[in-house]
Amino acid sequence: MNSRNRPRRLGSIRIAAVALVSVAGVALAMEPLTGKVAVDGSSTVAPIMKAAAELFRAEQPRVTVTVGVSGTGGGFKKFFEASPELRTDITNASRPIKPSELSKAAETGVHYIELPIAFDGIAVVVNPKNSFCDSLTIAELRAIWAPGSTIRNWKDVRPGFPDMALKLYGPGHDSGTFDYFTEAVVGTERHSRNDYTANEDDNVLVRGVEGDAGALGYFGFAYYQPNAAKLKLLAIDSGDGKPVKPSPETIGNGSYHPLGRPLFIYVNADAAQRPAVKALIEFTFANAKKIVEHRRVNYVALPQEIYDVALRRFREGVTGTVYAPDTSKTRSLAELYGATERK
Amino acid sequence: MSAAPSAYRPAIGRRRFVGRLGLAAFVALSLVALVALGALILQVLQQGGSVISRTFLSNPPSILEPETAGVYVAIIGTLWLIGITVLAAVPLGVGAAIWLEEYAPRNRLTRFIHLNISNLAGVPSIVYGLLGLAIFVRSLQMGRSVLAGGLTLALLVVPVIIIATREALAAVPPSIRHASLALGATRWQTIRHHVLPAALPGILTGVILSLSRAIGEAAPLILIGAVSYVAAPPGGSLAESVEAQGVFAGLREWLRAALSDGFTALPVQIYGWIGEPDEIFHALAAGGILVLLVVLFSMNAVAIGIRAWQQRHRHS
Repeated sequence: MNSRNRPRRLGSIRIAAVALVSVAGVALAMEPLTGKVAVDGSSTVAPIMKAAAELFRAEQPRVTVTVGVSGTGGGFKKFFEASPELRTDITNASRPIKPSELSKAAETGVHYIELPIAFDGIAVVVNPKNSFCDSLTIAELRAIWAPGSTIRNWKDVRPGFPDMALKLYGPGHDSGTFDYFTEAVVGTERHSRNDYTANEDDNVLVRGVEGDAGALGYFGFAYYQPNAAKLKLLAIDSGDGKPVKPSPETIGNGSYHPLGRPLFIYVNADAAQRPAVKALIEFTFANAKKIVEHRRVNYVALPQEIYDVALRRFREGVTGTVYAPDTSKTRSLAELYGATERK
Repeated sequence: MSAAPSAYRPAIGRRRFVGRLGLAAFVALSLVALVALGALILQVLQQGGSVISRTFLSNPPSILEPETAGVYVAIIGTLWLIGITVLAAVPLGVGAAIWLEEYAPRNRLTRFIHLNISNLAGVPSIVYGLLGLAIFVRSLQMGRSVLAGGLTLALLVVPVIIIATREALAAVPPSIRHASLALGATRWQTIRHHVLPAALPGILTGVILSLSRAIGEAAPLILIGAVSYVAAPPGGSLAESVEAQGVFAGLREWLRAALSDGFTALPVQIYGWIGEPDEIFHALAAGGILVLLVVLFSMNAVAIGIRAWQQRHRHS
């Protein structure tokens, strides 16, 4: 592992102190806390933290949690603001932190705790009237979406498909879904053809695909589920000849590969010392499955042991990311976080 | 002169016909605007009428139970914003207009200032958002607060208020000023007792129109950091604060907290709901639009009321 990214451990005395405080925190759960917690970042992760904030409010009504939505990249900008008062306490991310953001962290001296919170899948969809296409391979998707691609007709996607104009819909460039899809499909992050209908609002994409018989689009799986009647979901073949449709099961067990992804929250390590922030994170992870799989949130919960590891990392104040710049994003979370645990 | 009689063709019938055609066209064009407004209100009523209830007005937003979600926090946020905007923009805009119209000499410098104010009035709101982010949020360290938001909106409306106030002042007949000055009043007395009251209806119209623009802005607020979810209005509960710390200290603490708190506003809340995938949030957004329209119309009504009162008062 790259030494720059190696998780830093705080001194054991501090660990003991933190552990003591968290035990005390649990014992004094009824003690009303006050304070503010500023959360911002990915629009994909926002529903999770909004739901957490809403449920947390029932326990700690005097703590004001604000959740902003400025995209994963925009969120990291606010997380690493030059002036400490403007920094957010928690930032939501639909991908691991990037090298450019790591150097921002080093520059500003912000230490952060990386916590995986849920699984998300990218849904690739077509118009329900499309009867000829049930699945696509990653290679076919790559041919369609690569920069400079000239495929504008379904007959050029696969021999045997009819002569029909292909209209593309996808998220705009500020979206974490765009980053993730381009990396997983095209191979290079943020490399994509640009002659498609791009919108940050997944709803616009749903409406576009719904109204266009030759449409092909992609967006977060959570947005597919409430719109399932208006769209046709494609199975994705990662190259082994076995197309897999995304579902909570296939995303959770990793078989919807490579378009299933983990979602993260990053906590400012200094802010994590504040009782309000600490209580919110403790609450979120204690109720993670309930929050993440709430029908209004609709993501796939991580296995309980990952939540346990994440909460332990938070309590021990383990900072840094487990993702080196060259880490494959398809490695399982258990492998990534389990590996740091053995040290 | 000899050519004149031959050039004159009465053609009364044709001219009257063209006149009526013109009238019909203009009536039709005004109807288009009215029909568009009517269709908008009808559609919003149809979509959002069902969510309007007491709890919609008194509850915080909710993603888990949209059935109980409300716009309370957003309404309070919008009232804070508009209050701060009025306090900052009206004295600034009216004061600048009085100087420009009543005191300033007409020279190249003031013409240059006029030109720039007109240009500023046409600058897209998102640019003011960038300005507010750089000045209020960062340089003046107000943070992503309701104060920074209100002041940003004030910047946005000041040029419009200056222009409207100048027009209103220019419409006051010079004879009123001359009469007042001739009787020995100072310039300020003339302005204070004669020019300003006469111009007040026009100034109010300008102020209300510009505030109506500000109240619907989402883009600059999102840019300076209005959040999409917050369950408590700026400052939290005033009653609790007063109870805990006494009247004076409680009020001061509440005000201090309110001005620095994260906030949301009606247009931001509406924008957020429209972005949710579930249809029920779209009904909530329509409900939010209705509330925003009611706030807007009541602001207009207040201005019309003041104007009517002012006119009656002066002419009796």
